[in-house]
Amino acid sequence: MPVNETLAHYSTWCYGSAVGVYVLAMLFCLAEGAFSKVRQKSAAQSRELVGAGGPSVTEPTPPTPAAPRYGRTVEAPRRPLPERLGRMGVSLIILALGLHLVAIVLRGLATHRAPWGNMYEYVSVLCFAAIAAWVVLMAKFPIRRATGFVLVPVVILMFLGGTVLYTQAEPVEPALQSYWLAVHVTIVSVATGVLLIPGVASLLYLFRSAHDRNPARFARFAPKLPTSDTLDRLAYRTTVFGLPLFTLGVICGAIWADSAWGHYWQWDPKETTAFVAWVVYAAYLHSRATAGWRGTRAAVINVVGLAVMLFNLFFINLVVTGLHSYAGVG
Amino acid sequence: MTRTVNEPAEQTATPPPRPSPLRAAFAFLRNTWRGLVTMRTALMLLFLLAVGAMPGALLPQQPLNPPLVTQYIQNHGWWGRLLDKLQFFNVYGSVWFAAIYVLLFVSLVGCLLPRTVDYFRQATAKPVLTPRNLSRMPHHARTTSTTDGLAALDLARKQLRGWRLIERSEEGGARSISAERGYLRETGNLIFHFAMLGLIIAFAIGKLYGYTGQSIVLAQGNQQSQWCNSGVLAYDSFSPGLRVDGTDMAPYCIRVNSFSSSFLPNEVANSFDAKVSYQADPVNDPNSWQNYDLQVNAPLNVDGDKVYLAGNGYAPVFTVTYPNGQQRTNAIQWKEDDGLTYLSEGATKFDPPGITDPAELHRKQIAVTGLFAPTAVVSGGIMTSVFPSPNNPGVAAQIYEGNLGNDSHDQSIFDIDQTMVDSGQLKMVKQANLMLGQSVTLPDGTKVSFDSVQRWVSLLITHDPTQDYVLIFAVALLLGLVTSLVIKRRRIWVRVTPAGEGDADGRTVIEVGGLARTDQAGYGEEFTRLSARILDAAAGADRSTAGKDI
Repeated sequence: MPVNETLAHYSTWCYGSAVGVYVLAMLFCLAEGAFSKVRQKSAAQSRELVGAGGPSVTEPTPPTPAAPRYGRTVEAPRRPLPERLGRMGVSLIILALGLHLVAIVLRGLATHRAPWGNMYEYVSVLCFAAIAAWVVLMAKFPIRRATGFVLVPVVILMFLGGTVLYTQAEPVEPALQSYWLAVHVTIVSVATGVLLIPGVASLLYLFRSAHDRNPARFARFAPKLPTSDTLDRLAYRTTVFGLPLFTLGVICGAIWADSAWGHYWQWDPKETTAFVAWVVYAAYLHSRATAGWRGTRAAVINVVGLAVMLFNLFFINLVVTGLHSYAGVG
Repeated sequence: MTRTVNEPAEQTATPPPRPSPLRAAFAFLRNTWRGLVTMRTALMLLFLLAVGAMPGALLPQQPLNPPLVTQYIQNHGWWGRLLDKLQFFNVYGSVWFAAIYVLLFVSLVGCLLPRTVDYFRQATAKPVLTPRNLSRMPHHARTTSTTDGLAALDLARKQLRGWRLIERSEEGGARSISAERGYLRETGNLIFHFAMLGLIIAFAIGKLYGYTGQSIVLAQGNQQSQWCNSGVLAYDSFSPGLRVDGTDMAPYCIRVNSFSSSFLPNEVANSFDAKVSYQADPVNDPNSWQNYDLQVNAPLNVDGDKVYLAGNGYAPVFTVTYPNGQQRTNAIQWKEDDGLTYLSEGATKFDPPGITDPAELHRKQIAVTGLFAPTAVVSGGIMTSVFPSPNNPGVAAQIYEGNLGNDSHDQSIFDIDQTMVDSGQLKMVKQANLMLGQSVTLPDGTKVSFDSVQRWVSLLITHDPTQDYVLIFAVALLLGLVTSLVIKRRRIWVRVTPAGEGDADGRTVIEVGGLARTDQAGYGEEFTRLSARILDAAAGADRSTAGKDI
């Protein structure tokens, strides 16, 4: 079936707009971090919380006065400007997420297939999954202040996706014409997107915990981050969600490889690197149960895990020749 | 492997008497074993496995792409030879990689065995005694009440439905509930690790007893297009597992009836489709041919083997008409040089008919070589292919006559023997661009015509007896992983200490303590909810008594 060019164009425009709004949101969120004042006691507070392992701290919300039924209207106390910027950033993310979703759906409608057949489309879905997961997690964890740092890699990925990796909407080659394209690639791209979050959270954890141990370090930056306990729990909980998903994706990939290439596992570079990433995340889970490895070392392992995933995405697809060379990038 | 083994601190008080060598050896073995099964060692081995697997993705690998390995070694001099000596071009078959995974395997088994014993022992065990001091637990809540506090215990029993629970009376009149939940976590964890062991073993057995091979078949639907799995010689290339000797193979036959492909305007393939017939049991049931539509992503399952459509190409058909009027027609696959336009090269070879004298034969053998273009465009005498479909087939032919050398030594089916050309025994006698139906006459009056084009397919045949088990273990592994990550093993204790024991004001003390036995993340919320309800019950009882007093 021919590609619907009109829809493909609309999809590309939506993608571009989404990137624009993400950039704006990122600037807003980073501005919050840059201009908000460091709370003096935060370091001591967070240390206490780590020790107690108690319930999570929720951000203080300013009391909303009961609206008087008549008489003078009293203006609610306004939040400080940086915080308002940060909250605007989150609203912008929701807008961008909507545009992004439309871009993906239109791409699928234009090509009459699951819209993740080349690297541009794959990166798009991956970033969507990462941001959607972040929005969901923001409702559960007090992590809004770290939003800017998640947007940075997403914006970079989407920019690369829209420029270097961009490919015209096209049908895919016979090896990819399978319902496993929808199953395997969806799961793997969503899992990669989800695993982006613990990587960033662990990286931030390293700054924050270094600051907790020695308040002089990163004194202007780290106190504005969520507490190290929150970051640690965030990293663990998302890894625990992302890793089984990734495992499922690899298993589906093996089943598909068996029907498309004749071997369910033959150490293709992509398979190997996925295996390595899996082992690194397994090491992360084990490290959390090993004395002396919790905290900093576990966080380092998680960051390494993300590095391997990104290496798998870029280096293996673009530089190494293997069966997974579907990047569609000349 | 989620438990640390705490080594007892070394005793350095008095030097013990020198142990006998046997005992020393035993102690060494025991300590090595203990060291091997610790979590720390397992972690190190996991890192080694990750690092060790990486070169396999970055360097060309012998089993996947032998020519690339040879080229790499040639291009990198001593460095390439060193890597080769260290087995870096066959990472997954190398000694050092095997060492890593065997050690990991042993460590895993050494860790799993005691845990399995422990697991079954715990299956019927009662929850532990309530710790004396609940305020030292990671989760703790406390309230006091003027009632006897038993309402809190009643509610705790109701709230903790589904928990393994025991109520005990303690010294001094206190009563406590000790409850534990999440035993399935360990179940999932053990299933995960055992499934992983099973998967590795099944994978290895599959490699030992499986085989894979390739065969090229013309898609003509006749006798020439039939391929039978009669033995190793039926294959063009064959790689057996260590325990495969080529006997005892399933004796099915496949006939390729036709092949078609379609391409997008930009030369990207859109579909490959081979119509085949197959005979699952030619010995007992020789007339039962069944049809199958063999496509990429749709392999044929026959008699425990899988047959894949792995490749395709063109076989130009040439007819040689000798001066005496005799004709020979031949077609053999030419291999594609260019994956996009299917510009192919090959060598179609002819023996003159009715000649038995070797010397005469070696003057009259003919080979048509050159380039085949499915959609040919000739500009300036040079033929190129502009599209992969056979829209305008053409051959840029170089015709050789003389001694092909094919009765003296083996040679490629895609090429003529260059040594014969170099020695002058095989000479190029004509060069011409032939379009479909065109012919050319050689100096000795022999006519060579390009009649038609046939298609060929490359069949990939695999046999893997343990594939289904690998899948079952993989699914079990995933289910075990999810169970062990979702379920939290946790404990909760409720203690009611009567007035006068714990509180200075003479009120009953109700305490709740909690401990997540595995990862702490996530237990806080549940504990807060449970303890709030239990303590609220005590407070509620308090209020109602207070009401009565007034």
